[in-house]
Amino acid sequence: MNGVHDMGGMVNLGPLIPEPEGVVFHHAWEGRVHALSLASPTRANIDAGRHQRELIPGPEYLAMSYYEKWFRGLTERLVALGLCTWEEIDSGEVAPGTAKATPLLEANQVTARFTRRGSYIREGAPSLFAEGDRVRARNINPAGHTRLPRYARGHLGLVVALKGVHVFPDSNAHGHGEEPRALYTVRFTAHELWGDEANPRDSVCLDLWEPYLERA
Amino acid sequence: MVLRVKALESLMVEKGLVDLAALDAIVDLFEHKVGPRNGARVVARAWSDPAYKARLLADATDAVAELGYAGGQGEHMVVVENTAQVHNLVVCTLCSCYPWPVLGLPPVWYKSAPYRSRAVIDPRGIVAEFGTYLPVDIEVRVWDSTAEIRYLVLPERPAGTDGLDEQALAALVTRDGMIGTARL
Repeated sequence: MNGVHDMGGMVNLGPLIPEPEGVVFHHAWEGRVHALSLASPTRANIDAGRHQRELIPGPEYLAMSYYEKWFRGLTERLVALGLCTWEEIDSGEVAPGTAKATPLLEANQVTARFTRRGSYIREGAPSLFAEGDRVRARNINPAGHTRLPRYARGHLGLVVALKGVHVFPDSNAHGHGEEPRALYTVRFTAHELWGDEANPRDSVCLDLWEPYLERA
Repeated sequence: MVLRVKALESLMVEKGLVDLAALDAIVDLFEHKVGPRNGARVVARAWSDPAYKARLLADATDAVAELGYAGGQGEHMVVVENTAQVHNLVVCTLCSCYPWPVLGLPPVWYKSAPYRSRAVIDPRGIVAEFGTYLPVDIEVRVWDSTAEIRYLVLPERPAGTDGLDEQALAALVTRDGMIGTARL
């Protein structure tokens, strides 16, 4: 989706404000939003969660803080999955006659749940491209979720690493299944992306799924 | 936001969607146990132990797990090495992907529009704003975290640190050095 979240390559979006280490949450409610989002059944699909935040209308998205976006995305996902209604969220009161669910995560499972190894790699077909292949990022403009930023589309790059077959967000975000696809690290020179003014030594690497690429 | 979040939390607890004590445990985990000191230990080990460094650069997920660090947003990790000739900078232009097991949760600027937008087109300008001038003849590699691969920069070991043990070395490693907005 060509939304404002896809902001790579823009300038003048405001100042950078350095921050000391050790500040994790700036307000207590931010920690609660983080915890609610991670503990919620909606966390089962990370791609759907990302897409939900992308669906926040552009002017609002740019005006919101990170955890305001997470709060908005969480409430939208809860309603989309039928786990809560807007009436409940607005009032904070459970609708009468609602059966109580059982939380997926208990306190004594938290450390193990968030510090255990996981994987987005799945079984799948062999990769079409090899290290050293020249590829072009396709000029696609999907209406839904994608992880191919606009700034790379149409540009020539070099496959620098094969990363295995990974869950494909463009499908998974919409509940259409994981549809695993080969993932590659592709290097684009700064010249190719930004023109002759860019430093000829510099480059940007992106991790791109096979459907984003064509042989060049 | 305080009241809206409180109301949502009460609702989700009441509905059995989340457990209150689990929420407290998650906040505690990310405030006190997962953070950039984990990454600093990884870097200090790599500076001290060439065999570990080789394993780290070959398979960062495995090598980081050797020190006990793993988890969500670190399922597939890659460590990229700064040298006298190469400087690396990590960003996520599309959202705010960040290697949680080794760096914890990202600072506000990392998640902000000015960083996400400019890091790919003007990495040298970004690093300069953080106080480091990158010579024109150094190669700058930007890593845009578009998939579930998470990047950590291995900074160059500072000169004059030959006698230091791992703990002392780790104290020299900064979060910004492991993102690439600073050089140590």
